[in-house]
Amino acid sequence: MRARCAGRAVAVAVASGLLAALAACAGPGAGAGPGTGAPVPTTTDAGPTGTVVVLAAASLTDVLATVVEDLERAHPGLEVRTSLGASSTLAAQVVAGAPADVLVTASAATMSTVTDALGCTPAVVARNTLQIAVPAGNPADVTGLADLADPDLTVALCDPSAPCGAVAAQVLMSAGVTAAPDTLEQDARATLTKVRLGEVDAALVYRTDVLAAGPDVEGLDVPAEHSVATDYLALALPDAPHPDAARAVVAHLRSPAGAAALRAAGFGTP
Amino acid sequence: MLLVPAALALVLLLAPLVALVAATPWGDLGSRVLEPAVLDALRLSLTTAAVSTVLCLLVGVPLAWVLARADLRGRSLVRALVTVPLVLPPVVGGVALLLLLGRRAPVGRQLEAWFGVGVPFTTLAVVLAQTFVALPFLVLAVEGAIGGTDERREAAAATLGASRWYVVRRVTLPAAAPGIAAGAALCFARALGEFGATLTFAGSFPGTTRTMPLAVHLALDTDPDAAVAMSLLLLVLSVAVLLVMRGRWMGGLTGARDAAPAGGRSP
Repeated sequence: MRARCAGRAVAVAVASGLLAALAACAGPGAGAGPGTGAPVPTTTDAGPTGTVVVLAAASLTDVLATVVEDLERAHPGLEVRTSLGASSTLAAQVVAGAPADVLVTASAATMSTVTDALGCTPAVVARNTLQIAVPAGNPADVTGLADLADPDLTVALCDPSAPCGAVAAQVLMSAGVTAAPDTLEQDARATLTKVRLGEVDAALVYRTDVLAAGPDVEGLDVPAEHSVATDYLALALPDAPHPDAARAVVAHLRSPAGAAALRAAGFGTP
Repeated sequence: MLLVPAALALVLLLAPLVALVAATPWGDLGSRVLEPAVLDALRLSLTTAAVSTVLCLLVGVPLAWVLARADLRGRSLVRALVTVPLVLPPVVGGVALLLLLGRRAPVGRQLEAWFGVGVPFTTLAVVLAQTFVALPFLVLAVEGAIGGTDERREAAAATLGASRWYVVRRVTLPAAAPGIAAGAALCFARALGEFGATLTFAGSFPGTTRTMPLAVHLALDTDPDAAVAMSLLLLVLSVAVLLVMRGRWMGGLTGARDAAPAGGRSP
């Protein structure tokens, strides 16, 4: 839970202080945020300003819209630009040096590819679990995980190489079910689309995706004993062009307001 | 004056391919390409593209003949319609196929009632998606080739008592053969590269529907080196198709001006 930035002298020196609480990685020149001449980061009314770039997992698409609205209202000088995509793609962009301020991934393993390279510790901001998604009305009368093994049903899963597929494999293994999928999709949204179109009878996708799909899709809970939670991790990047704003974004995600927005979208919060 | 933009065009076309070759992990290229998953995708790609090409030839050559020779009202409209899948984003093609043959579509529901299985998520869906996007290439190339052959020879054969079908079989098609071969090669290459419509309509399952382009796209997220290795394999295959088409066969793509003298094999 405590977040800090190891491997960077500046950050280690203040690791137990304010920065740590905000899951920040202080890069060289931290505190020299745009619009503030002060050498020390400040969270007072002056607030973060500028355009902050947030790279976030695609499953956060809807909830981020709310978060961005709240943030921009709270910090009038701040403009938040989001870029959404597969966590692994975004992480690769960060490692390659994309000019981003905040990274939010849907998988701890993916985040570690960044933190290993940069030597930082991210903060958990949300948790997600899988649900069995069925088309509205549940035409194939799916009742539980065991139905995913029925060869007569058309079933979509995420590919095991995608985060949602890895979690699905854990859930299925825990339940002792050998699924008989008809397609292994690239990511959770692509998998959900197949349910939405009614082309498959059931799929394993994130609870939040089922909620976002509205009335076209119904969700059946996975029994608690087989459920596996996925952590969403946020990191203010050490070389963020706007370090103040980056920390403010991560802080907001962990604030009561941020947590409320996340819960409304179906996420669990730490 | 024209050299600068011309050189720029060449750079635009070639620089990404050079980068691909440069990024190729040559050291373990062999082991990456020989992975069972890659071989599965390659086998599926080659067989589905071959079947699609045969399908395209079976229905595309007659359509091309009709467009080139038949006394047809609204011919230009038909030709424009044939061109639509050529300019349509393939994903849209996939959505359109789903709306026709998906489980909720009238035709798809009927097929499922008759045969017990739906079309989506089957290898047949891959072939249909490839045929949909590749057929226009074949039709346009073959129409150009047939249009470029000398109609007087057909007339001569007819005056000698040949039936219409005999003339098509023994005069028109042999004369247009180089163009048909070029069209088939283009059609095969397009089918091999099909991605959007396949992903949308057929899904992605190893050995059944996950063709090479889908495997490349998937690997890009988790194992970029494997994606690069597979991309190089596809590049080599495409260049091989080009090499097969080179020489006089290219005439079929440029209005077949020289196809008639080349194909002098009348009965």
